[in-house]
Amino acid sequence: MSAKKVIFYIAILAISLTAPFLLPDFRTQLATLWLMIIVALTWDMTGGQMGYNSLGNIFFYGTGMYVAAVIAIALVYDVSDYTDAAAAGGEIFKFTDTQYFTGMLLGIIGAGLFCAVTAVIIGYLTFGLRGPYFAIGTLGVAIAGGELVSNWEWVGGGQGITLPVYPGDFNVGKLYFYYLFAGTGIVLFIFLKWLYSTRFGEAINAIRDDEEKAEAMGLHTLRYKLTTWGMAAFFVGMVGGISAFQLIHFEPLETAYQTINLGIFMVVCVLLGGKGTLWGPVIGAILFHVIKEVTWNYFLGWQWVALGALIVVIVVFFQDGVMGWLMHRKPEWFGIRVEEKEPAVAGVNQ
Amino acid sequence: MDQILGNISLLFEFPVVNMKIIVDGLMIGALFALAAYGLALVWGVMNVKNLAQGDFVMAGGYIAWWLEKQGLPALLGVPAAFIVLWGFGWVVYKLVISRVIERDLFTSLLATFGLAIMMAQILNLLFGSDTQSVQLEYDTLYFIDGFVDIPIAKLIGVLMAAVLATGVIIFMKVSRMGQAIRATSQDSRAARVLGIDTEKVYAFTFSLNSAICGAAGAIIVMVWVIQPFYGITYSIRAFVIVTAAGLGNLPGVIAAGLGIGVAEQYGAHIFGIGYQQAIAVLLLLLVLLVRLLQQRQMRQSLQ
Repeated sequence: MSAKKVIFYIAILAISLTAPFLLPDFRTQLATLWLMIIVALTWDMTGGQMGYNSLGNIFFYGTGMYVAAVIAIALVYDVSDYTDAAAAGGEIFKFTDTQYFTGMLLGIIGAGLFCAVTAVIIGYLTFGLRGPYFAIGTLGVAIAGGELVSNWEWVGGGQGITLPVYPGDFNVGKLYFYYLFAGTGIVLFIFLKWLYSTRFGEAINAIRDDEEKAEAMGLHTLRYKLTTWGMAAFFVGMVGGISAFQLIHFEPLETAYQTINLGIFMVVCVLLGGKGTLWGPVIGAILFHVIKEVTWNYFLGWQWVALGALIVVIVVFFQDGVMGWLMHRKPEWFGIRVEEKEPAVAGVNQ
Repeated sequence: MDQILGNISLLFEFPVVNMKIIVDGLMIGALFALAAYGLALVWGVMNVKNLAQGDFVMAGGYIAWWLEKQGLPALLGVPAAFIVLWGFGWVVYKLVISRVIERDLFTSLLATFGLAIMMAQILNLLFGSDTQSVQLEYDTLYFIDGFVDIPIAKLIGVLMAAVLATGVIIFMKVSRMGQAIRATSQDSRAARVLGIDTEKVYAFTFSLNSAICGAAGAIIVMVWVIQPFYGITYSIRAFVIVTAAGLGNLPGVIAAGLGIGVAEQYGAHIFGIGYQQAIAVLLLLLVLLVRLLQQRQMRQSLQ
């Protein structure tokens, strides 16, 4: 790694760590930004690097929320008593500080592990589906998950679950959650940077480029696909768990299994930034989040319509994303040598 | 759990309950089949998988509902929705679909998903998020000691769906445009070489699909309820039906549509009405799984 790159990464790290102090009013926004970066990066693991476009990764976010909450509650109280009392608006269950933090730690890790296992099981059933069938199948999983959970009274049904509030100071709590998200995001980024440089990364790229050929070359494709999706689900489940504690209250259809919000945002972020690159999802998430937050208030109720239009425009006109566009214009930045009269898109992968 | 078992045993104790469920299911399934037919048409001819299918249905429903509120006869809503959605489909084709038609399939899927979000939100802003329906002033027929009730309004709806479907089928078989559509779906390049304006065929097919969906929605508002966000469930039902039946298999689409209708009614009876959306989606997963296992035996994948 050259000295320039080292400085660049240290600068990025420094900005990430000091951001909540530089912009103290936007701590929650910045935490959400990290959430977007994480889900975009994990979506790109299967969508961009492996060529399996899932519309249902939000399933793991919602499941992670519920698993984390249930673990945290079950350590101290009976879950059905807890949710019943919340529905009746009756007695309030108290958590001591130790109970709160152990519950959160175990809940978040448990959520990640549970989602990874679920992803392997679902993947075993769905990875025979290709292209649009996979997308629709996974969308079906996400919608079905939300609908089933909203009918499941043990976890609060359509009412959702209310978790205890962060026990310390309100502002310290915001900072705490920011660092939880940022830490997960930084770990994920380093992990992916390493992963994409290994043989494993090459293998999943081979699956994207031509699955039949990859299989003929002796790759056990299903194993690679399951591992990749399991890892993606692990991280999505973990941030789902963190979100559950950050949001305090959540309900199944609009918050946990939010198919049309975060579920589609992550895909749009990746497309906007550039599919199949490491920095693309990060850039896309930052751009998308900033655009969304800045313009949101000017649409007066028409936000969602504008958002749908934005998705259509990005998909139709700007599908290569920022990174794809840069690769077109400045291929030498990416170490791509352009021969004369050869198309300059050698490194851009759809 | 006890309630579910109770509901199942009810089916065996009173076989006539089955009759009611099946009749209801077939009537609603006919409308699912209609929307699925439009999807199969677009899918087969231009290889675009339209996730906004269900929102076209809802839009048609709201047009009929709005016209009825203006004091026009409710049945007029069906042709009105057909015409308005025809134009809307044409605009959507020119603005969006024509640009994604040559691209990979995920692009068209995502673009139509964005469209679906947009349409659902516009309907929500214009008409509110309450469920709506149009009540027709007709009698209800009773069969088997009043256990099986069939409102005449529903019968009219099914009849109109049948007329529309027959009309489209005859059109596809007989007319010049129908021939051109079928030729394009078989081999678009050859069709272009032989002088068929495939661009026009695509635009026509998409508009026709949108119009069929609109008419289906206008019928659904008379026999059932509509709501801005129910669209995605209709899209998924259409996918279930087309996936189960396969492309270009018209009797299959009708059979699968009726089957889905009946299966959903049974599901709603056994598990309760709250599971209706979940059942529609779980049926999709079930159908995909069955198709997958079929393909796996031949060592192929579903693509």
